[in-house]
Amino acid sequence: MVDIALNRAMSVSDIKEKAVKRGGAGDARFRAISFAAAALIVILFVGMMAAIAGGAFVSIQASGWSFLTSQAWNPVTDKFGALASIYGTLITSFLAMALAVPVGIGIAIFLTEICPLPLRRPIGIAIELLAGIPSIVYGIWGLFTFAPYFQEHVQPWIVDACADIPILQDIFAGPPYGIGIFTASFILAIMIIPFISAVTRDVFDTVPGQLKESAYALGCTTSEVVWNVVLPFSRTGVVGGAMLALGRALGETMAVTFVIGNSHRIHGSVFSPGTTISATIANEFTESVGDIYHSALIEEGLILFFISFVVLACAQIMLRILHKRAGGVSG
Amino acid sequence: MITINKRIYNGRMRSNALFLVMSTLAAVFGLIWLALILSSLFYNGFSGISLKVFTEMTPPPGQDGGLANAIFGSVVMSLIAVGAGTPVGLLAGTYLAEYGRYSRVSDVVRFINDILLSAPSILIGLFIYVVVVATTHTFSGWAGAAALTVIVIPVVVRTTENMLLLVPNGLREAAAALGAPRSKIITLVTWRAARAGIVTGILLAVARISGETAPLLLTVLSNQFWSTHLGGPIASLPVMIYNFAMSPYEDWHKLAWAGALLITIAVLSLSIVARLLESSKKQ
Repeated sequence: MVDIALNRAMSVSDIKEKAVKRGGAGDARFRAISFAAAALIVILFVGMMAAIAGGAFVSIQASGWSFLTSQAWNPVTDKFGALASIYGTLITSFLAMALAVPVGIGIAIFLTEICPLPLRRPIGIAIELLAGIPSIVYGIWGLFTFAPYFQEHVQPWIVDACADIPILQDIFAGPPYGIGIFTASFILAIMIIPFISAVTRDVFDTVPGQLKESAYALGCTTSEVVWNVVLPFSRTGVVGGAMLALGRALGETMAVTFVIGNSHRIHGSVFSPGTTISATIANEFTESVGDIYHSALIEEGLILFFISFVVLACAQIMLRILHKRAGGVSG
Repeated sequence: MITINKRIYNGRMRSNALFLVMSTLAAVFGLIWLALILSSLFYNGFSGISLKVFTEMTPPPGQDGGLANAIFGSVVMSLIAVGAGTPVGLLAGTYLAEYGRYSRVSDVVRFINDILLSAPSILIGLFIYVVVVATTHTFSGWAGAAALTVIVIPVVVRTTENMLLLVPNGLREAAAALGAPRSKIITLVTWRAARAGIVTGILLAVARISGETAPLLLTVLSNQFWSTHLGGPIASLPVMIYNFAMSPYEDWHKLAWAGALLITIAVLSLSIVARLLESSKKQ
């Protein structure tokens, strides 16, 4: 195109010719700048991994593999093990997902299949707005409102009710502190419910209307349409959305730190205090003294980085598969 | 024959009814908890809010005071983060949607961006701690702003790319047919067509960072006094809420609730404005 514009035969004046050339140079510059910005994202990600790994180096040297298998957490003797934090992170996320996934998917089904049409938009918007509320709000609600009520009115009752039942008496044992693993998981669950339902609803919306209508025309009930048409079609998306939520739950700091109790011991009971990787870092990082202590906290961050990277990468891959199948543009 | 069919039919109706009741209950259960949280936030927050919250500094325990320095710190750091993160995010999103829409490299960038978008924010705090705080040997407002910038960029990239993809190709082709170079097509045509959507993305990014606590906790610490010095620790709303809520003092708890309410109102109104912009664009 540029060649045509520069063709002498077209009697282009020198000024215009320069303008075209300048445009071409500006074009290349703009492209280079925007490419640099895109490259910066990759650099940020790699830099993040390198910086955290670098910060963890002292601790990796000092503790070796025992960091992953030991529950010791003694800043005085510089003996550190992340097992209690890893356990707490996994168990709170697992319990939160166990509650939030069915409820979140239930809300999405309610919104797409059951809810009266005029209410769909307002409830949908309300849920999306709630998904954006900062986690610290959930945290202080848990600390000031939920934990005291739970401690006084619900927890003693559960402990008593389970006192004579073999396995349950161990799971729901111990003095009612109010705070602990169970409370943290519950708050986490409430926090990720709007997130799961917002993603799941979007995924359900990718199911072509004709598919559902044909199933209804064959005489299927609503539940049969959901189980046999909607869910099979959107399965990868639902799983992807749930894993995104899991990624959130694993790394969530503020909603958990307030109510987990910060104890570096593994207890069988869900009512006992515990800790998670992010809660440990938030609680102790600015107060830690000594290179090894500091580095041990950063190494916990490194572990969290790997766990959440794996989960988030799987989530993205699944969501991409769904979008490709639905014929949409990737993302 | 007919009786058997009827039994199957009734069973299907029953399981359908059960299914409907279960999902409705799930919805009610979820919405009730969210309503409880919001109502107790509004109740406790409004009882703690007064004019003093906006005009006075954070108090020592047992005295009256407000959150003025914390509000100031939060606003300044958020503004710097948005100012620094928006151009980068905008350009990167532009590259993904305009220049490299179908390239392999863009797929990788997109993938990494989506992971950064949902990466735990405390890791971003650790990252900035190691890179900025440990090398300058001081907790600082600049470090906090840097951490928030890292959170802003992926949000802006994602929305910018999505919005640019919605711009019809006919517009680009028309501009190209008039002889406009690619950079002019982007800045004068596609950016303009997608402006409302891009602004939405920036608002959502502000909403996202205004409640971020963990990264600030690791990079800025806090400060009880009025400070405009970004080279040192500076107060911010989320960290103040965290410190006050963890304290044993009743007055501080009240201020923590008030701060949480302020953040929630800011976040909700930002998202509502963003949503209005988006829907006005669609019509």
